Amino acid sequence: MNVLGKLSWDAIPFDQPIVMGASAVMGLAVLVVLSWVTLKGHWPYLWREWITSVDHKRIGVMYFLLALVMLLRGFSDAIMMRGQQAVAAGGAQGYLPPEHFDQIFSAHGTIMIFFVAMPLVIGLMNFVLPLQLGVRDVAFPTLNSVSFWLTASGVLLINISLVVGEFAKTGWVAYPPLSELQFSPGVGVDYYLWALQISGIGTLLTGINFVTTILKMRAPGMGYMRMPVFCWTSLAANLLIVAAFPVLTATFAMLLLDRYLGFHFFTVGGQGNPMMYVNLFWVWGHPEVYILILPVFGVFSEVIATFSGKPLFGYRSMVAATMAICVLSFLVWLHHFFTMGASADVNGFFGVMTMIIAVPTGVKIFNWLFTMWGGRIRFTVPVLWTIGFMVTFVIGGMTGVLMAVPPADFQLHNSLFLVAHFHNVIIGGTVFGAMAGYNYWFPKAFGFKLDERWGKASFWCWLVGFYIAFMPLYALGLMGMTRRMQHYDDLNWQPWLLVAAAGAVVILAGIVCQIIQLIVSIRNREQLRDASGDPWNGRTLEWSTASPPPAWNFAILPHVDGADAYWALKEGKPANQDQPARPRKYEPIEMPNNSATGFVTAFFAVVTGFALIWHIWWMVGLGLFGAFVTVLLFAFRNDEETEVQAEQIARFDRTHQLELVV
Amino acid sequence: MTEIRFDRAPGDRSVLPETEEKTSAGVLVYTIGLVIAATLTSISFWVANTSLLWAPGIPLGLAVLGIAQMGVHLVFFLHITTGPDNTNNVLALAFGVLIVILVVAGSLWIMANLNNNMMPPLELMDLHMQR
Amino acid sequence: MNLTVAVGEVDRPSLPSTSQAGPAPKRIVVAYGFWIFLLSDVVMFAALFAAYAVLATATSGGPTGAELFDQVSVGIETACLLASSYTCGLMSLAVGSRRRGATYLTAALTFALGAAFLVFELSEFTGMIARGATPQRSAFLSAFFTLVGCHGLHVSAGLIWLSVMMVQVAVKGFRPTVERRLQCLSLFWHALDIIWVGLFTVVYLMGVRP
Repeated sequence: MNVLGKLSWDAIPFDQPIVMGASAVMGLAVLVVLSWVTLKGHWPYLWREWITSVDHKRIGVMYFLLALVMLLRGFSDAIMMRGQQAVAAGGAQGYLPPEHFDQIFSAHGTIMIFFVAMPLVIGLMNFVLPLQLGVRDVAFPTLNSVSFWLTASGVLLINISLVVGEFAKTGWVAYPPLSELQFSPGVGVDYYLWALQISGIGTLLTGINFVTTILKMRAPGMGYMRMPVFCWTSLAANLLIVAAFPVLTATFAMLLLDRYLGFHFFTVGGQGNPMMYVNLFWVWGHPEVYILILPVFGVFSEVIATFSGKPLFGYRSMVAATMAICVLSFLVWLHHFFTMGASADVNGFFGVMTMIIAVPTGVKIFNWLFTMWGGRIRFTVPVLWTIGFMVTFVIGGMTGVLMAVPPADFQLHNSLFLVAHFHNVIIGGTVFGAMAGYNYWFPKAFGFKLDERWGKASFWCWLVGFYIAFMPLYALGLMGMTRRMQHYDDLNWQPWLLVAAAGAVVILAGIVCQIIQLIVSIRNREQLRDASGDPWNGRTLEWSTASPPPAWNFAILPHVDGADAYWALKEGKPANQDQPARPRKYEPIEMPNNSATGFVTAFFAVVTGFALIWHIWWMVGLGLFGAFVTVLLFAFRNDEETEVQAEQIARFDRTHQLELVV
Repeated sequence: MTEIRFDRAPGDRSVLPETEEKTSAGVLVYTIGLVIAATLTSISFWVANTSLLWAPGIPLGLAVLGIAQMGVHLVFFLHITTGPDNTNNVLALAFGVLIVILVVAGSLWIMANLNNNMMPPLELMDLHMQR
Repeated sequence: MNLTVAVGEVDRPSLPSTSQAGPAPKRIVVAYGFWIFLLSDVVMFAALFAAYAVLATATSGGPTGAELFDQVSVGIETACLLASSYTCGLMSLAVGSRRRGATYLTAALTFALGAAFLVFELSEFTGMIARGATPQRSAFLSAFFTLVGCHGLHVSAGLIWLSVMMVQVAVKGFRPTVERRLQCLSLFWHALDIIWVGLFTVVYLMGVRP
């Protein structure tokens, strides 16, 4: 028996120049960053202020950064696929062999859903929620850090698969029997499963943390119907995480048992049932798309109300629509497999439910339009992303309703029409929303605004590039092209695919603009500095504290008297200005201590995951034992909180603008 | 939203002064719960193994007994009540129960349908697997 | 309805509406967070239950539940777990009144009953495997071992947690953090018993009917 399990030098694909090149570039980038940090002596700072930080704002920023880095990885996969399909027509085979192409589309989907879209929205929620709720941190700060580092562990595992071994060739859904050991004997599916199991635990813990935060930790006076809409949509999204991710965990556990111990859940032998996997996967899968979209609905609501200078139109209907979506999203999952063979009654029911769930979404669109109507709209970068979203998302939503009709779906299922549809809603929804939120809350996080010109350039490149890249796919889907084709014979498809490839390049320009925007903004941060803490004339509590906020967020917890709490305070201000401001009474604040628990647990999670993938059993034991000891040490630590002295808080408040607290 | 006047941690007994109880009363609550739960369990086991009852009704009867016992555990062991200080806990529980019902019932409905339409009989499957 | 009115009458004006009262006390926050975790755990079991229910007849020519399940052993397991839920309840009462000796005693009883449950379950499993009814035999047996085994794993985790907590009580005493963890532990233990009620009803009692 080999000490290293299945691992040997054969695992590294020396014979594939593209893989080795990509690995070399990635390894070099990591090396450059690490040595820069080492040479500059930033490690103590990074360790103290970021890696062991349990501050929700820091963790939110790290989530977002992780997502942006993985966006580059996922996007390079996309560019490679567009390039391949642009040339591999007729007899041509293109430059990617089938087994490599299969890994690329699987990695692209997995990375974009789990390690770009999810961390984008979770990062935003992390940063914004406690500030909007007017409290000092989330309910469980250390758990929050554990969540983040477990997500990072999944990211690490999936990137290791590029160099050591292979990734799944099954598509991002990994349907059995293809993903069973009999047909996928390599480690690719194991990388997929373990990376997602580990990061899935992190996501579940995040969901629990945020649900508890929103329901149990709000500033005094902030009743449910006074919460900002972003908090409501986040509540719905996190309830969905808590309800849906356990199903994914259980499903993957069953597939793992099939692969590792020869169980018969989804095999073709032993009377296993592969259709059960498809069913359970989408029990998670459909709520998942609402987990991605609901928080950004909240972002758009905040952005559009702020920049229209009006309260959000139809706050109550927005809340009702959000909670309706939250429940209905558990009643539509079969529309992902209309063609698997259910009878007309089952297909009909789920088709109708799918059309019904479009109604609350439509309500939201109208609410945003009516918020803009009659408002004094400032066309800043976040507003551009919001308007781009409204147009794009309506198109994507309508193609979705089209496919909710089972007979139509029998034509469109697994065609490029479907691919165009879900990119239309995920890019046009989640990505646009995350970018709106990024431009909107960046000044809060760092104290200076992002450059407007490069921001607008980035937006236009993304928007135009998106339409050029994905509208041809609708046409190709109607012409009969299925998804995941490494090459094809029909030469009529090629012009459309060339256009789509050009669109991908325009999106690339958008991403480059974004990177430039960040660099330019950091360079010009003194001109872009915002000393007020309220650069956009905001309405909600996060704008009432300094930018960047102190670790304790609010020196004195704000008292809330109505919706749009900060706006109400600002409105009431002129009347009170005659009276001298009351001297504020500062009290010491208990802040949770930094903790390496998250980082160390995640380290052992990576060790365990890697060992499981390669069947290195002694290392599995080591990793699990290490994680257990880490948790024990955390449980037995004695000092859990540090007191921040009142003078320190007062000093901070004197040097920064005073919060408006009545 | 309903107006909630008090809040209580799940599993804690009521903090309302009227219903505050001593430890002996706490033991009593657990003991009552234990007796009812044990009775329901015994009935379940008897129902499953007897030939005195109408056979087709037994699964339904077992389901009712099981759900009743879960309710007993919730009330006597976890102190879930309909009181206003428990609203949040009950709402969360209700959401969970709803999801469980949707997942289990939906899966059973869908899979029964798919199995009818798509799965070949066992003999054909075995033939298929012979290589 | 009546109950709500009755509570409304004892309403004191000094207590503001909870939804507007500001951040909840830590005990409520922690227990509520764990309550949400338990819901997610129950949903995970729901997925396993769904898989079991779908695959219950997929015996692939192998042994069926009616041939395998031993009612006596299941009955003893159920009794152990139910009794341990009771002693766990007594433990939280002892913790609430800070009686260290009573806490240790009830915890030891809970541990012993939980361990007895596991022993009976393991002997049931080994007996089945010895008769050739392994999880690799058929989809039905895969689902059975996974569902029941997952519950068994939870019980084992609960036993480890219980031991750690007793060490914490000994070392740290009844601090607020320790009390909160004990509270979560008792929630966990009662929840496992509730899941077991569903389990023995669906798997063992309905499963033995021809």
